[in-house]
Amino acid sequence: MDNGQHTHIVKYSTFVWILIILLVLTFSSVAITQLDLGVYTVTGALLFASVKSVIVLMYFMHLKFDKKFYAIMMAGIALLLTSVIIVTFLDYLYR
Amino acid sequence: MNNHAHIDEHRDDEGAKTGMWIFIFTELLLFGGLFIVYSVYRYLNPMAFHLAAEELDVVVGTVNTVILLVSSMTIAMAITSIQLKNKKLTLILMGVTILLAIIFMVNKYFEWTGKISHGIFPGSEILHQSSQGEILFFGLYYAMTGLHALHIVIGVGFIAYVMWLVKTDDVKHDDYVILENSALYWHLVDLIWIFLFPLFYLIT
Amino acid sequence: MIETHTQDTTPSFLEYKGRFKGLMGWIFSTDHKRIGLLYLYSMLVFFSVAAILGLLMKLELIAPGKTIMGAQTYNSFFTLHGITMIFLIVVPGLPAVFGNFFLPIMIGAKDVAFPKLNLVSWWIYIIGAFIALSAQFMGDGAPDTGWTFYAPYSFKTGTNMLPAVLGAFILGFSSIVTGINFIVTMHRMRAPGMNWMKMPLFPWALYGTSWIQVLATPIVGVTLLMVVLERTLQIGFFDPALGGDPILYQHLFWIYSHPAVYIMILPAMGVISEIIPTFARKTIFGYTAIVVSTLAIAFVGYFVWGHHMFTSGMSGVALYTFSILTFLVAIPSAIKIFNWVATLHKASIDLQTPFLWALCFLFVFMIGGLSGMVLGALSANVHLHDTAFVVAHFHYIVFGGTGYAFFGALHYWYPKMFGRMYDKSWANIGLAMFFTGFNTLYLPMFYLGMTGMPRRYYDYVDKFHGPNIISSLGAILMIVGLIVIITNLVRSARYGAPAVKDPWKGKTLEWTVASPPSLENFDEIPTVTDHPYKYE
Repeated sequence: MDNGQHTHIVKYSTFVWILIILLVLTFSSVAITQLDLGVYTVTGALLFASVKSVIVLMYFMHLKFDKKFYAIMMAGIALLLTSVIIVTFLDYLYR
Repeated sequence: MNNHAHIDEHRDDEGAKTGMWIFIFTELLLFGGLFIVYSVYRYLNPMAFHLAAEELDVVVGTVNTVILLVSSMTIAMAITSIQLKNKKLTLILMGVTILLAIIFMVNKYFEWTGKISHGIFPGSEILHQSSQGEILFFGLYYAMTGLHALHIVIGVGFIAYVMWLVKTDDVKHDDYVILENSALYWHLVDLIWIFLFPLFYLIT
Repeated sequence: MIETHTQDTTPSFLEYKGRFKGLMGWIFSTDHKRIGLLYLYSMLVFFSVAAILGLLMKLELIAPGKTIMGAQTYNSFFTLHGITMIFLIVVPGLPAVFGNFFLPIMIGAKDVAFPKLNLVSWWIYIIGAFIALSAQFMGDGAPDTGWTFYAPYSFKTGTNMLPAVLGAFILGFSSIVTGINFIVTMHRMRAPGMNWMKMPLFPWALYGTSWIQVLATPIVGVTLLMVVLERTLQIGFFDPALGGDPILYQHLFWIYSHPAVYIMILPAMGVISEIIPTFARKTIFGYTAIVVSTLAIAFVGYFVWGHHMFTSGMSGVALYTFSILTFLVAIPSAIKIFNWVATLHKASIDLQTPFLWALCFLFVFMIGGLSGMVLGALSANVHLHDTAFVVAHFHYIVFGGTGYAFFGALHYWYPKMFGRMYDKSWANIGLAMFFTGFNTLYLPMFYLGMTGMPRRYYDYVDKFHGPNIISSLGAILMIVGLIVIITNLVRSARYGAPAVKDPWKGKTLEWTVASPPSLENFDEIPTVTDHPYKYE
């Protein structure tokens, strides 16, 4: 194609595999939060959520096959939001 | 509205996609604002959030998560099938996506009406007698899932519009960036739900 | 460069006849130049209203006690003055007017990436403006919270807050759409040969600005949405009675609104970086340093929001962190000042009106920036918080920075935009009056603030009377100066001498096309080989 878009056709089977992985992660996160892990429940649940979101971004949203710019910016946004939350917590943690 | 028709409309698919991605960043930070509020109030009221989350049904939440993940796969597959020039399959896959979205909304409807019939809604008597943490939890629950549901409705509209374009062959195997953009938008809805689900249903 | 007096045969964008005629040909035009002018005209209207409100407030303060208005009127006046100036003029100002008009031309493109979206963003702007301003005339009285809508007062007050908050929310969309449009334009549509490090500095400034617009505006969007929900549904986000934390509102509000200050000032710095090399006839000193400091300001500026909240009751750790970060963000701003001054060193300066505006900018921006350092220091801030000192500081930055750059840009690009020259002597007289009035107005406020006069009161004790008289007289002189400047520009659009392609001997691409440019800007897309400011 001549309009700057390079084509990368992802196989149907890839998507099916990705879905299976995502479902397994979902059920594991439900299972793990049923256990009593104390303060680590939220950490565990968020860890699973982060892994799932990375998979969705890389495969469903084609970041793996697209220009690096999008992936870098996406990482930057995640970092920005995390930093803003951390800086906000400098107030709440020590108030 | 295009009052200088003689300019040849230049087509820039990569540019359209860049625009969509930046818009997605915007959306992420829109929800980001709510996530900041959530994390602060959760930190300030850990027990109340814990208790309030038990009011929510993990099964309904899990079912809705599965629905969104599957719909995300079908819309991603729709791009593959349009690249392979399979118009019929593209339409089917997009139709399935919309169908799943509607099922999600129906679930949400029953969940919300269930809560409201129990008297749990912002400004209600029962909620005002609960602890402050619970008021905040349900305030955030309605605001965040409500804003998410609004995005689902917009996403359904967007995908339905692109379906029409596929049907009329305005979106083809060599010109499908709007389909990609609608899919990106749909994945965004999925992405946000991936975080909403554990934060509201799984922290008991 | 060869100077030519013959205009191209293709009609200019001002004369071009599209599908619609007259006014419709403007408000439905997707031409970036016409959209830029649409913003200019709408802003001129809003600016006149807000400036008159400001003048009336200064007249109220000319003597203690009630002079021309009561407390409630004064409260609604400073609220409307703030909302209009911030959300309708200074935040969208330079990007929407000069960004729209000149960004595509300066990077050698025929239009922005999404022309229709560009028109939509103007319409969103107008709709948002009318909703925000409608709050003044409908319901239970004009909003009286100040432009910051601080919780919990913003949902407790009986005045008509909803339209004002919703209007600001909608205006955010306009800002985001413009930002997306500019980023994509710069990524995809630069002329062949123009790599990133050959891009002129005004586009670079717009690039940094656009990213802040895209990444900060949604936070205030969702915050304002929460205020709306709070008022309509009593959700309790910021209501202490329901467990909410009003200070969290301040956090969220300033997470946007501090970067918004950089939305205001970055394009202003970009304009100055264009004007100075043109009239110094010299390559700008340290192009790379300016680019890097632009991006550094955009980034660090995201993390200094807490310095608006030093007296709010934040934790000590947060106070120190925000104070240090505030001092850090001053470094890249100072780098730019050094670059501009170094550019002037051993230059053969052509003292034209736009250059005088740039010099005045340097003067007032230095005062504004250094007084910001005073406020960034924790101990001084506790004393000066919410006094007239703060008002003087941000007027030196926002009006002195962005406002001077706006008028500088207007005088610099006026020949290109309208194809005519303005009367230089009247322009200089107007500037002299404006500059004198400006400093007479705001300098006494530094003194008043230090001696303890609080902001946002229609009344004061007798000991503040003297400086207030001087300040109010300065306001009158400044307004007269503004009238001279604007009248001169409006008159010259009709009667001025026709402008040549390159009246200032500039080197960037906009000076290679006709004045005013044709509909498609370039007959043939240029190929760029040199750096933008190659004078030697």
